[in-house]
Amino acid sequence: MDYSKVLNTTLASLPPSGIRRFFDIANEVKADDMISLSIGEPDFATPWHIREKGIASLEQGKTWYSANAGLLELREAIARRIARHTAVEFDPRSEVVVTVGGSEALDIGIRALVNTGDEVLIPSPSFVCYAPLVSMAGGVPVSIVTKAENGFRLTAEELREAITPRTKLLILPFPNNPTGAVMRREHLEAIAAVLRDTDIMVISDEIYGALTYGNAPHVSAVQIDGLRERTLLVDGFSKAYAMTGWRLGYICGPEPVMKQVVKLHQYAIMCAPTTAQHAAIEAMEHGDEDIAYMRGEYDARRRLILQELNDMGLTCFEPEGAFYVFPSIQATGLSSEEFCEQLLLRHHVAIVPGTAFGDGGEGFARISYCYSVNHIMEAMKRIRRFLQELKEETR
Amino acid sequence: MDKLLKLLDTNARLTTAQMAAMLNTTVEDVEAKMAKLEQDGVVRAYKALIDWERTNREYVTAVIELRVTPKRDYGFEGIAETVMRFDEVESVYLMSGGYDLLVTVTGRTFKEVSMFVAKRLSTLDSVISTATHFVLRRYKESGVMFLGEQKDERGVF
Repeated sequence: MDYSKVLNTTLASLPPSGIRRFFDIANEVKADDMISLSIGEPDFATPWHIREKGIASLEQGKTWYSANAGLLELREAIARRIARHTAVEFDPRSEVVVTVGGSEALDIGIRALVNTGDEVLIPSPSFVCYAPLVSMAGGVPVSIVTKAENGFRLTAEELREAITPRTKLLILPFPNNPTGAVMRREHLEAIAAVLRDTDIMVISDEIYGALTYGNAPHVSAVQIDGLRERTLLVDGFSKAYAMTGWRLGYICGPEPVMKQVVKLHQYAIMCAPTTAQHAAIEAMEHGDEDIAYMRGEYDARRRLILQELNDMGLTCFEPEGAFYVFPSIQATGLSSEEFCEQLLLRHHVAIVPGTAFGDGGEGFARISYCYSVNHIMEAMKRIRRFLQELKEETR
Repeated sequence: MDKLLKLLDTNARLTTAQMAAMLNTTVEDVEAKMAKLEQDGVVRAYKALIDWERTNREYVTAVIELRVTPKRDYGFEGIAETVMRFDEVESVYLMSGGYDLLVTVTGRTFKEVSMFVAKRLSTLDSVISTATHFVLRRYKESGVMFLGEQKDERGVF
């Protein structure tokens, strides 16, 4: 059997995730002292009171499917939390769907909107899944390269230039993985001004929304006049509540779109895991303190890592959200891949080359701070030594 | 101040510049606060947490329950002060419950520790009785696990 002939050709032509590719290299380096600053998930375990609710639901035998859109109690809790933070109301019965992680939410959101040939605008660098999901939906991913000098934000001009008559959808991946860029209210308003009077939809991936640093709170796209009616809000429990393994997220949006979204979810997934949903109700209702604590920890590490990097001469844009820093490595004269590979092979530190995150990532590397301070400090020491070496070699 | 103490409590080896970055303040501010904490006796010492079992130091630790007669006017302070002056004594706590003072003693051998208890502690005027328990293994100390390596079980996404 010739398997190359049986595969879906679009899928077969998609490259594997650049992050994954780099991990494969890392796995081949056998060293006991290998340390990583590459993982994109919290180092905290899920807060105990949340885990307890999951356990209790199992003890009570609540092991059935839930409603397709998710337990109504959870959807209500989600709607309440969104209203609490944004003052925007979503109807839990018709405008909220609980998904298997933010990932599924993105997939079904994109598939619910995109027709063959539709263009989907994707600010880049950004997380690896958008373009492949768009391609699989028959759409054409169009990247908009964001710039360090703009704080890696999407600007109104960049957006305006990228729009064509075939543009169907804009992905707003902020707070951004890998850059840590955040769109503040005024930046979102500028985007809204461009989209107003168009039929272009928006998927706002706010999975890191709860992890925004500084005094100004996170502003959701749905809070912006002109965006609410065109936006599918994607969020989840993984990053904010340290619940990655529970696989739970949600998507909220206008009823006519959500009606279609829920159909996809129904046919492909049935419903998100019930145990996780029970735990998630607790997270939504009583998890704000946990978020505040973890955010405080991340923030301290963010500052530490930033000062270390800048001190050793890797200029770094100050990230305002998520848990990554995205330093420029251009001063070393190496490409992103070379830099990360050399660092890995010589000093056994794994970080991810910026190129894994699409166009605009060359010249940068992603460093995660989901690690203990001691771990971070050891990695910083080694990166410093590596830079020293590079300097001496080019002399 | 609380945040600075929490940092010091988990890692006293960060530089003042690193601590200042983490606390979003200046190096001068951190230095001033640390000086004040030391002056006020809040921070008593900076020292390493050592797992002696991984070294070739010959040593043994015992915790000793002391029952004592409190002295008039001094209560337990008098006897506690006497006990804590011995170099062999690592810690002294006043306890609630079936005995009064919990004393940690370290020596080179079981015999050395036993002799210290028999000759120096039991013979003190106010000591009514002692019960010595030798430590066999340390699994965790001051919040740090001594057993095994903490492995990162996270996947690789």
